[in-house]
Amino acid sequence: MLSDANLAAILLTLKLATLVTVILLLVGTPIAWWLARTRSWWKGPISAVVALPIVLPPSVLGFYLLVAMGPNGPVGRLTQALGLGTLPFTFAGLVVASVFYSLPFVVQPIQNAFEAMGERPLEVAASLRAGPLDRFFTVAVPLSSPGFLTAGVLGFAHTVGEFGVVLMIGGNIPGVTRVVSVQIYDYVEAFEYADAHILSGIMLAFSFTVLLAMYLLNPTRTHK
Amino acid sequence: MIRARFKLAFPEFALDVDLDLPGRGVVALFGHSGSGKTTLLRAIAGLEKVPRGFLEVNGSVWQDAATFLPVHKRPLGFVFQEASLFPHLSVRANLAYGMRRVPAASRKVSLDHAVELLGIGPLLDRMPGRLSGGERQRVAIARALAVSPAILLMDEPLAALDLARKQEILPYLERLHEELEIPLVYVSHAPDEVARLADTLVAMEQGRVVAQGPLLETLARLDLPIRLGEDAGVVLEGEIAELDADWHLARIAFAGGGLWVRESGLAVGRQVRVRILARDISIALTPQADNSILNVIPATVEQLADETHPALALVKLDAGGAPLVARITRRSAAKLQLQPGMKVWAQIKAVALVG
Repeated sequence: MLSDANLAAILLTLKLATLVTVILLLVGTPIAWWLARTRSWWKGPISAVVALPIVLPPSVLGFYLLVAMGPNGPVGRLTQALGLGTLPFTFAGLVVASVFYSLPFVVQPIQNAFEAMGERPLEVAASLRAGPLDRFFTVAVPLSSPGFLTAGVLGFAHTVGEFGVVLMIGGNIPGVTRVVSVQIYDYVEAFEYADAHILSGIMLAFSFTVLLAMYLLNPTRTHK
Repeated sequence: MIRARFKLAFPEFALDVDLDLPGRGVVALFGHSGSGKTTLLRAIAGLEKVPRGFLEVNGSVWQDAATFLPVHKRPLGFVFQEASLFPHLSVRANLAYGMRRVPAASRKVSLDHAVELLGIGPLLDRMPGRLSGGERQRVAIARALAVSPAILLMDEPLAALDLARKQEILPYLERLHEELEIPLVYVSHAPDEVARLADTLVAMEQGRVVAQGPLLETLARLDLPIRLGEDAGVVLEGEIAELDADWHLARIAFAGGGLWVRESGLAVGRQVRVRILARDISIALTPQADNSILNVIPATVEQLADETHPALALVKLDAGGAPLVARITRRSAAKLQLQPGMKVWAQIKAVALVG
């Protein structure tokens, strides 16, 4: 039923989304922790920067990333100096771009969970001899697990669903940067509606299933 | 010995205390909400960082100019107003959480002992969500005990509970007091809890300590009438000496003699505390037999002082070494010509057994 090209696109998409989700959970958690607890003036500006991808057209985000990662951009100079070449039109470039693009969808649920948890459980843990890291892993993370679940699901699904940024950064290289959404675009351009239907149907079913699972697994939080 | 010096000055709130507290027994920090008692307790725990503070607990410095021991390095137990059990852990795992983090060599309270003291054996495998409010708070107290703290801090542990739950927990707190050597600093605004539990009273108002000392003596002081609640009154300690089954009464022997109270199932020999409000004591120059008052105690007038209302006066009496405070009208005081040193009879209309 699936052509090799379609299968390749699906596998690439899953690989990208998995990698991006893992990176985002690692990067987004400290950001969410800081945002949930800081009283610094910087909270506002940083929150706004993190949320930018929600409102910016993907083409704008993709354009800036392209410029930054290009041969004359600051990131591009760095990667070249490190002997990594430039990132645009590579899978690595796609990963970096997707991390930025999906950041708010991971940071915000985790941040909300940390904020809902409040300071008290951490104070209790401290009074029971748990140091800061200990408190974080044994109390904050388990108590915020619904937030982490939501963050992981949204980060993954959102990365699977991206299109504009991929086109700007990755182009359309089979097996390297041609993810499902781009593949569908190609089919439609070429009037190959049958293939477009198959992939679109898979995407629709996937997205619905993921969101359904999230809402079913994530019962309304009743704290205390 | 606990030595604490803390000073905070905010426009809406100030804390300014310099306290030396005994390192044993129950210290009650008593005051209205906003008096700074919770802030003081949190500063002792290290949960509130008060710059330039000083704190020494039983010989070790927890905070001074150079030191600020973080909370998790202080050998304390803390019980919050809401039990704050970890909802993702069973009762057993909640109890073990702190205990596991204490080196085996410094474990003095065994898990079994903590469980037994608080009577929570049947709850061990339950999740906190399935406990009643009183049970949760008992687990929280046991959890704090299980770290073998050098000092136990409690922030209004009963305030969130209804009367029945309070009555359920108070006996356990008394047991801690009787059976463990761990000093307890107990924040409360509830007069009955303080009267029942405290050995030392620290009364706070607007961030300052307004009175401090052994509970029984401090309550009887007329120069700074500290009230537990609305009315002046004293707390006395005694022992159940006799039961009168016919009339359902129990006699409590105390330094000044005997007090008959309603029998409440306590056995002879049991140590108890009673609270007597100043308004429930009247003074007679001769023993009166033709009235309904059961408790008439011989006493000596020690001191007279003004009450807040100009019609009233407070009279401090000495009954065989035990202090009593009576509230009478100034007219009565004048009529009886009360003077320090006079022998009188204290007619006590109501005695409340507090524990």
